[in-house]
Amino acid sequence: MAKTQAKPKRRSATEENRRLIEEFRARPVGHHSADLQRIINKLRGSPMAGKYCLVTVKPHKQWQLAQTSGVRGKPLKMLNKKFTSLEKAEWHVFKLRWKEHTGETLR
Amino acid sequence: MQITGYSDQISVAPGETIDFMVNCEGAKTYRADLVRIICGDTNPDGPGVKERMVRSAANKTYKGRKQVIHSGSFVAVPTSAALDDLKSFTFQAFIWPTTPEKGTQSIMSKWRDRDKAGAALIITKANGSVALCLGDGKGKVEVINAGKSLVAREWYFVAASYDAKTKQVCVYQLPLKDFPRVKDRGVVRAKSKLGRIGPHSEALTFGAYYQRTDKGRMVCGGHYNGKIDSPRIANRVLSPAEMELVKSWPLPGGLSNAVVGAWDFSQELKSTRVVDLTENRLHGETVQMPARAMTGHNWTGEEMNWRHAPEQYGAIHFHDDDIYDAGWEVDFGLTIPKTMKSGLYAMRVRAGKEEDYIPFAIRPPRGKATAKICFLLPTGSYMAYANEQMSTDVPLAQLLSGKLSVLQQQNLHLNVHREYGASCYDSHSDGSGICYSSRLRPILNMRPKYAMWLGGTGSSLWQFNADTHIIDWLEAMNFDYDVITDEDLHYEGLSAIEQYNVVVTGSHPEYHSTEMWDAMHEYTQRGGRLMYLGANGWYWRIAYHAESPGIMEVRRNEDGIRAWEARTGEYYHSFTGEYGGLWRRNGRAPQVIAGTGFSAQGFDVSSYYRQKPDARNPRAKFIMAGIGPDELIGDFGLIGDGAAGLELDRADRMLGTPPHALVLASSENHTDIYLVVCEEILISYPGIGGAESELVRADIVFYETPNGGGVFSTSSIAWSGSLAHNGYKNNVSRMTKNVLKRFVDPKPL
Repeated sequence: MAKTQAKPKRRSATEENRRLIEEFRARPVGHHSADLQRIINKLRGSPMAGKYCLVTVKPHKQWQLAQTSGVRGKPLKMLNKKFTSLEKAEWHVFKLRWKEHTGETLR
Repeated sequence: MQITGYSDQISVAPGETIDFMVNCEGAKTYRADLVRIICGDTNPDGPGVKERMVRSAANKTYKGRKQVIHSGSFVAVPTSAALDDLKSFTFQAFIWPTTPEKGTQSIMSKWRDRDKAGAALIITKANGSVALCLGDGKGKVEVINAGKSLVAREWYFVAASYDAKTKQVCVYQLPLKDFPRVKDRGVVRAKSKLGRIGPHSEALTFGAYYQRTDKGRMVCGGHYNGKIDSPRIANRVLSPAEMELVKSWPLPGGLSNAVVGAWDFSQELKSTRVVDLTENRLHGETVQMPARAMTGHNWTGEEMNWRHAPEQYGAIHFHDDDIYDAGWEVDFGLTIPKTMKSGLYAMRVRAGKEEDYIPFAIRPPRGKATAKICFLLPTGSYMAYANEQMSTDVPLAQLLSGKLSVLQQQNLHLNVHREYGASCYDSHSDGSGICYSSRLRPILNMRPKYAMWLGGTGSSLWQFNADTHIIDWLEAMNFDYDVITDEDLHYEGLSAIEQYNVVVTGSHPEYHSTEMWDAMHEYTQRGGRLMYLGANGWYWRIAYHAESPGIMEVRRNEDGIRAWEARTGEYYHSFTGEYGGLWRRNGRAPQVIAGTGFSAQGFDVSSYYRQKPDARNPRAKFIMAGIGPDELIGDFGLIGDGAAGLELDRADRMLGTPPHALVLASSENHTDIYLVVCEEILISYPGIGGAESELVRADIVFYETPNGGGVFSTSSIAWSGSLAHNGYKNNVSRMTKNVLKRFVDPKPL
């Protein structure tokens, strides 16, 4: 009887993404693994039309989500979402961009 | 923003007067107060915003009024009989349009818009082709176009003629280069249906048409984007053969009576003057500083220097968003009292809940230092970044900074008020790089309390507001100092600084004219001491205009970190004729003057320095006093949480670091957002990020200069953000203080 060869343990793409998503959530700005950096380069490199950014409401206290127009002279679109933490804002926008790129909703 | 302003000067001495221009909308009055700027950082983790009210004769409530900017460049040729009396005529020129699809753009106009009088050679909004526009002076306009859309960024010979007797119109649009399947050649002959062309005596204009006059300022419409070369006007209809003859100069004898004006834009191009070669002397002036020393229709590529082949540089590049002078009326002035201490000041203007600051330096009395320390305010670099708009215009902004861009009210204002003009990091509306920047307009990012997307995490400071941390530290340490600006150094040379024992730089003194470079180098060679508390210094060569104050030029040539690239052949400054670009490409790498030079950049988080063996060298004892041998330097700070960050310089013997220089500490552990600068990359290769490349580092360097002088370079833009940590008790502050105390001491190093 032939021995059943154990398959090497490989993480699925979903598991790998989960790991990178958690890495981002834990530290949205700063040192990142090469795999995560590749993902966020894509997410952050989107064109200016509809690109997310923040507008300071109260310095170092409150920021409002906005989108640039991509057209010179055309105002930003201010969105109905405010943050009191830049990390939370990064995570929020990461989820929005992830959804746009993959169709997957992160929680 | 309801209130914005600027001043006529950036540096003013006691006894001299500085004027302020203010736009105030939505409030009947505003309050102005002179303040001394100490710290402009709003970060609650730092020392906080510090400004001191200063009593002055200008501290008053003023009546507010709206003031507007008319941006967009053109050439104006004053009215003359030779032009006013034209009945039949021919207009011709070479053009290189950059936005033919934009709408009506005037190439050359003898036009009065109020009653639609005159004639203009234009690009028509109908189809993006060249057209002759005629107006009867009673509101009736006729446009006859060549029928074929122009191709952007290609040279054309264009012309239009009008015969007053027969009403015959000819319009020519002749490409200098043929593309087989592109139909952009058009010659149209038609009869004008207009009864007569309305006479008027307004100016002739190139690059726009005359609309009206606003408080002495000529206001134009139909701003053209692109180049115009060798425009000509004749007083009769020229045949195609005659047009050909008129393109060059001198004219054949038979045509000299016909040609009313023949302009050579290559003459006097360092100035704002535009020269007419004909005996009529219909000389003009550029308005709002269009780009000169631009390659013309006949540029061969054999010569890169406009001074060597001026005949190939007969083009001016006009932009609909060029801005030199906002031209606002003066609201009030301030004569600086004789006893006022040199320092960094601002006129604070407030209307309701809104405010703006108009910063400037009060320098010591001319020729008389009032302290041993000079803080050199890097106003050339502030101007290069003036009203920068990358966060709203350029997708790579969030890649450079590794985070979401955080915009301020100033950014929102500039985004919709493009007439304020952008920076030398931005492009004009037609995509060409902005090579001139003026301070005669509100510069909304040269302000206390301003945070910038490029300034890393934490305080997010850049240029002016980052430099207030150095001012704050000088104050906190009780050092007595004078403040002068780049422009003082440029115009006065060594004499502006030779009386000081120490010159302290800002965090990012990137832009230097030849005069500034020479003066600083001479200073260090004569025993002066230079404390370079930043990075990316002495990087770009700039030029100031010899006749028009407050405007500088940079050409982004060939190499270096460039937000745009100068077109080939346009590497020489129009203001001076000097080869522009990096000082490194001019034989003077930053290492020659400061011991270190630009090596890497990244704009997310900062890092720390680790001490090197040279830190134990007896020559460095005075620098390292009180700092333990195992201490990391600057593993804290308000800018990116470390003293080594944003832009980093390194020592390099091959680039000019003196052989006896000591490298006391080097930074490490930078993120992969940090990348080696492109002038280091001859062959593209992997591993140029902070995690792998040893070129991603800042070196703290010290060396002695002849005659008892010395240079101390911290080589990081983020350094200033660490000075105030822990109540100014930290090793960054300690090291800076150790050096400054010794450098102030005249005893030779």
